Amino acid sequence: MTPLDPPNPPLTRKDFTSDQEVRWCPGCGDYAILAAVQRMLPEIGVRRENTVFVSGIGCSSRFPYYMNTYGFHTIHGRAPAIATGVKLANPQLDVWMVTGDGDGLSIGGNHLMHVLRRNLNLQIILFNNRIYGLTKGQYSPTSLLGKRSPSTPMGSVDNPVVPAAFALGCGARFVARGVDTDAKNLIAVLKRAHEFQGTGFVEVFQNCPVFNDGAFDHFTAKDVSGQQQLHLEHGKPMRFGDDKGLRLRPGSLDIEVVTVGEGGVSEADLLVHDETNRAQAFLLASLEPPAFPVAVGVLFRSAEPGVSFEIGMHEQNRQARARGLGDINALMRKGHTWKVDPDPAGGEQAG
Amino acid sequence: MDTFASTNSTTRELIESVVIRFAGDSGDGMQLTGSQFSDTTALMGNDLSTLPDFPAEIRAPAGTTFGVSGFQVHFAAHDIMTPGDAPDVLVAMNPAALKVNLRDLKPGGLLVVNTGAFSAGNLKKAGYDKNPLEDGSLDGYRLLKIDITKHTLQSVEPFGLGNKEAVRAKNMWTLGLMMWMFGRERESTAEWLRGKFAKNPAVADANIAALNAGHVYGETAEMPQGIHAYEVPKARLAAGHYRNVTGNEATAWGLVTGGKLAGLELVLGSYPITPASTILHALSNLRAYGVTTFQAEDEIAAVCAAIGASYAGSLGITTTSGPGLALKTEAIGLAVSTELPLVIVDVQRGGPSTGLPTKTEQSDLLFAVYGRNGDCPLVVLAASTPGDCFTMAVEAVRLATKYMTPVILLTDGFLANSAEPWKIPDIDTLTPFPVQHRKDAAGFHPFLRDPQTLARNWAIPGTPGLEHRIGGLEKNYDSGNISYDPDNHHKMVKVRAAKVAGVADDIPLQTIDQGEDSGDLLVVGWGSTFGAISSAVLGARKAGFKVSHAHIRYMHPMPKNLGELLKRFKHVLVPEMNNGMLVKILRSDYLVDARGLNKIAGQPFKIAEIEAEIRGLLASA
Repeated sequence: MTPLDPPNPPLTRKDFTSDQEVRWCPGCGDYAILAAVQRMLPEIGVRRENTVFVSGIGCSSRFPYYMNTYGFHTIHGRAPAIATGVKLANPQLDVWMVTGDGDGLSIGGNHLMHVLRRNLNLQIILFNNRIYGLTKGQYSPTSLLGKRSPSTPMGSVDNPVVPAAFALGCGARFVARGVDTDAKNLIAVLKRAHEFQGTGFVEVFQNCPVFNDGAFDHFTAKDVSGQQQLHLEHGKPMRFGDDKGLRLRPGSLDIEVVTVGEGGVSEADLLVHDETNRAQAFLLASLEPPAFPVAVGVLFRSAEPGVSFEIGMHEQNRQARARGLGDINALMRKGHTWKVDPDPAGGEQAG
Repeated sequence: MDTFASTNSTTRELIESVVIRFAGDSGDGMQLTGSQFSDTTALMGNDLSTLPDFPAEIRAPAGTTFGVSGFQVHFAAHDIMTPGDAPDVLVAMNPAALKVNLRDLKPGGLLVVNTGAFSAGNLKKAGYDKNPLEDGSLDGYRLLKIDITKHTLQSVEPFGLGNKEAVRAKNMWTLGLMMWMFGRERESTAEWLRGKFAKNPAVADANIAALNAGHVYGETAEMPQGIHAYEVPKARLAAGHYRNVTGNEATAWGLVTGGKLAGLELVLGSYPITPASTILHALSNLRAYGVTTFQAEDEIAAVCAAIGASYAGSLGITTTSGPGLALKTEAIGLAVSTELPLVIVDVQRGGPSTGLPTKTEQSDLLFAVYGRNGDCPLVVLAASTPGDCFTMAVEAVRLATKYMTPVILLTDGFLANSAEPWKIPDIDTLTPFPVQHRKDAAGFHPFLRDPQTLARNWAIPGTPGLEHRIGGLEKNYDSGNISYDPDNHHKMVKVRAAKVAGVADDIPLQTIDQGEDSGDLLVVGWGSTFGAISSAVLGARKAGFKVSHAHIRYMHPMPKNLGELLKRFKHVLVPEMNNGMLVKILRSDYLVDARGLNKIAGQPFKIAEIEAEIRGLLASA
């Protein structure tokens, strides 16, 4: 597909803001993500009419109503399937899918798996707040073990799913993470996801101030974020905090935290981030505080984006139609057919 | 067999019609045998109707009764409408096939058995204590016992096949024998075999040799008393170009034809399910004809992809059967709420739940018309014959795009697999119904309606100036924005209902398919019961009963004159392959004292079953 020319004159954040009143709770992390997206789109020069936001159900899925683009607020969990249909009908459209931890990983986990493995050329933003907000606070598939909620008053006994690891396991070719309040880095990963010719999966840690306030404070709060987040950069050693770093524990496939300058550890001993290494991405996805920092940024970007599903399908259509659209009359007359002549006596029966 | 005219035993006896059932293990190739016999029969100018009947198991254990597969073909020198109530000829390839099918064979009917499969082990598997070929229990039939297995092995010996492949050719030997008996030509089957085994000519040649050997056996072997060759003269059909067509083939062709008439690309989202899968297969081979086919991860994704495609400006299609329709209902509600065009083909099968996957039923009617959360009206159509699947598929596309609504097209397992000669339409003579996507930004909102049809305008992503958001939340009538206003919701429910009800102004009035437009009894049917009802009404009318037949193809909304028509008859009888669904709608919508005739056996009605009910009802009236 040839990309469309950027709009002229260039658009602004305001051009991407719809006339609808935003109805998230005060202080919700969704506001920050909305603002980041509305700032990012003019910067990448996309056209409003060519941009489609598709969502499922949940707080995050109200997102399309607030974007002055095309938008489809669908049904719970099914946004990946609807987005697939949109791309099959028109691969030229720039599709963003917005989902949450419940919508994307619980009711819609099956569809999320398949859209990732098919590698459609679209972007998925998964707002992970580790809670069901719109239904008033039940635990979600990313809630931590023991989470007390209206439906789990004694604490949940479900083991949580790690979205980035799930995506990698499904064969996703671009997996990244951002934090709602860190607009700069969030915009950067969204741009990278958009640039990727395939499914760009971005998990955003998003605070729900009403039902799960502070769920990510242990690594997103200003006073700890430096120590507890590892900002990944391709080709750079994995450093965080003042002097901490990650290296492979000698003789194993485990990662360990080391202090540069202590015990003879130098920066040269640290792991260097290779975005194109899927095995390393799995290790990074599963790092959890307090023993480890949370890895944010681009965890994985396949060096082989492959052919996205809709492009492959349209290439087949092109081949099938190389000599023009088929003749249906001829099609129905192929194979065993026979002709009945008019009865000369005129005594013909109805067929 | 209806005797046409008797001749002496050295020439062929002329007969008017015959019903043959081929039955064997599901691995015996009975479906191929039956369909080859049918194709040849059609080429020879007979009218015909077929009924494939196969088990849900792909390869049930050999020799068991639940692994028996059958194919019934009815062909005649005149117009026929059903696969026949009872076979005149039963071909039983093993004891299990005999056990399962014998009860259907007409008294005195011809029974052809492969003695080579009547081993002690097979007899035991079929539940026979004694060999029925030897204990006199078949004395009421004309029995032709042949060791088909042995003859087949002899005929294919020169081709050096392994034993398994050699034995497999026995269906072709049997076909050859039946082609001799009913004067069918073998060339089209030979040609088909050469094509099918193009990469393995030895197998093709061996099968052709078996086919010929079966035929030669008929010509030369001395047949028992009362068994000889027959001739079924050509039927007189309306002039035209014909082919055999199954309902699922006709549905696929109707959909692509509809797409062409609408000027739209089609996107099919589908998930494999019996008996609908062959529509997915057929459309997957029609990518050159303007359709993109997507085998989704499940039924829900299949319909959702179709909805996404419609949102983006193509026409979304999904094909399924009952269990799949159940899974799709929430998404169909989204399409109703967002007023997007969508065609859902439901090839009905026995239910509830997994039910009878390979058997036919008409038990999704209430589900199709009413089965969604909220007040959620859509258009429901039903095809009445295999060929009618084409017409109604085109109609489904027309109504979906013109009214911006989902349309459910109901067919069933019988229509799906059954074949009939079909006069191939010339699509250049069909009236196009081109779709115009909105381009004009002036005064636009997504739920602006055509004052005539009440359809909303269809604006698609990629169009500058028409950026908008839609979803499953209630919309304001005047702006399309989200609205929770009580009066607005009332108005929107009413307008969606009025839009679908208005389709009644755009469909043909209900006709009387046979008989007068008033009288003692109107038999009202829908779907695949058309042939059986039509034949039963014909029989009753010949016997002097004042009975007529009306067959409904527009299930929701129904034709505007239907209520008035029903009231012109003293009685209304509704035969259905379910526990009473259309009868419920007719009673509730038109306040008529309609009564049902229900058959829920996974099998089509027999003509005699309906005719007996007509006679009984009118005799007691």
